[in-house]
Amino acid sequence: MEYFIQQLINGISVGSIYALIALGYTMVYGIIKLINFAHGDVFMVGSFIGLFSARYLASAGLPPVLVLIISLIFSMTVSALLGITIERFAYKPLRKSTRIAALITAIGVSFLLEYTGVLVLGPQAQGFPDILAKKQFQLFGTSIQVESNQVMILITTIILMIILQYIVRYTKTGKAMRAVSFDMEAARLMGINVDRTISATFAIGSALAAAAGVIFGMTYNSVDPLMGVMPGLKAFVAAVLGGIGSIPGALVGGLLLGTVETEISSLGYSSWRDGVAFAVLILILIFKPSGLFGKNVREKV
Amino acid sequence: MKKINQKFWLGIIVALALYGVVQVLLTAGVLDDVQRSMLLLICVNVMLAVSLNLINGITGQFSIGHAGFMSVGAYTSAILTLDYDVPFILAILAGGILAAICGVLIGIPTLRLNGDYLAIATLGFGEIIRIILLNTEYVGGASGLSGIPAKSTWTIMFFFMLITVVLINNFIRSTHGRACLAIRENEIAAEAMGINTTLYKVIAFTLGALFAGMAGGLSAHTFYVITPGSFNFLKSFEILVMVVLGGLGSTAGSIVGAVFVTLLYTYLRDFPEWRMIIYSIVLILMMIFRPGGLLGSTKFSLKKFGKKEAKANGGISDSSTS
Repeated sequence: MEYFIQQLINGISVGSIYALIALGYTMVYGIIKLINFAHGDVFMVGSFIGLFSARYLASAGLPPVLVLIISLIFSMTVSALLGITIERFAYKPLRKSTRIAALITAIGVSFLLEYTGVLVLGPQAQGFPDILAKKQFQLFGTSIQVESNQVMILITTIILMIILQYIVRYTKTGKAMRAVSFDMEAARLMGINVDRTISATFAIGSALAAAAGVIFGMTYNSVDPLMGVMPGLKAFVAAVLGGIGSIPGALVGGLLLGTVETEISSLGYSSWRDGVAFAVLILILIFKPSGLFGKNVREKV
Repeated sequence: MKKINQKFWLGIIVALALYGVVQVLLTAGVLDDVQRSMLLLICVNVMLAVSLNLINGITGQFSIGHAGFMSVGAYTSAILTLDYDVPFILAILAGGILAAICGVLIGIPTLRLNGDYLAIATLGFGEIIRIILLNTEYVGGASGLSGIPAKSTWTIMFFFMLITVVLINNFIRSTHGRACLAIRENEIAAEAMGINTTLYKVIAFTLGALFAGMAGGLSAHTFYVITPGSFNFLKSFEILVMVVLGGLGSTAGSIVGAVFVTLLYTYLRDFPEWRMIIYSIVLILMMIFRPGGLLGSTKFSLKKFGKKEAKANGGISDSSTS
């Protein structure tokens, strides 16, 4: 039992990372029906920006908590701008063309970011600095251990989720986002600036991915230009699992996928981990294509 | 009909002439080993691109798991020749058939999905196949299989390629091919016209997988070594680039795309990062400025004067695929 709970805790911290990336997929898909393949690479860029700013700030002698917060915010801001830029130059010209064309462009953007990264930063992995000293806590006198990092991940995720919920539910932008995702044409007729709303969606999604990137770097201590591929794909699996287009769905899907993966690894099948994630995806698509929280949309003629 | 026949034979004659010229150059030693292996690679890539075009361009299903089928064919034929001394040609065919069976197995459950979901499901299947190969000791795990006899000669490669192109091109022109085109243009309308959409999608998937499997087998017997890593998402993407570059839905385009990408690949061998960057920029610009690809949906014909036919069929760019 204790072992199971231990794995559950580890799973939740991996799952939070997936959930943060999955939110970006889900929001973008909900609004322009595009699988933004480049999203995993925005996560990578965010991670590298976090790495460089953390290195710089730590050498400037700032206290660790401040280093974390500033590099997190800096990385989220730059990535949000990157997201807007990608949308503006690659996806916006294609808004009227077929979805396959947009999908191919997204794959193109993804490879562009990856290999520009390889070209600029070199293909080898770089060590992520230990921003916060790692501590281990014993939970309730049992043998269950919680790392300080895992606590930090959970706190960051929860704070970001609350902010996101606030934006989507109570701000004008959030209202516009919901309107555009419901019906783009009608929203335009109601005087909503659709282009700006889509940009905002990309900005928020990319910022969340960047936060996930910084957290990922702190957890695994190693970042490389191709690191976005697998987490990106798996976050997409998480988004589909929860029901693409649904924000709570992305959260639940991410946590679920993270837990399943950790359990599989702990059973000694870690080399099958990625395969299981895709198998979950295919099973979900076959039996419940709209995901756990998704709405069933009927095809109109 | 007579006109098509004439064109068909003209095409075959030109292809055979091309084969003859290259064969003479090879025996005369004008082409060196690098150029020879580039020619073999072109044949493999043409097979892959033309077969993916059948799925993506003609039937309008978006598959990005082609490397998975390729790997099934490659591993099957390599094991048959290495461990069981099966004759080379039979091994290639067996690889193709097993890949086709995988195509059916993958096709039936996933073809209820459309567009993006199908894309991501096929990607998932490709990755699952790779992970299974990676974890199977019998096929060498991560280090893969090596010492595969290099039996793919220019003659064999060329004729496999020719057969692939001819068969797929004739399939596209047949009643069944028209049904596939109808599905691409509008699935719901096609269904309403009495076309069994699932059946045709599975047929397209199976045929595509068959030829991809054979291409995989041939490439395994060209380059001695196969590893699971060489059949990853990147490889699927590369095949997709060929098809998109040439023009989704055009066999001639797929061939041009395959040749172009192979040349690019060979000459940028020393700059792998640049290669990927160039691929991706080309792909993005192509989708924005010329979504129909280099040749649009031009039909495979030697006479450029066949304007009427080429124009009568609108490209995939002006059809709704969602």
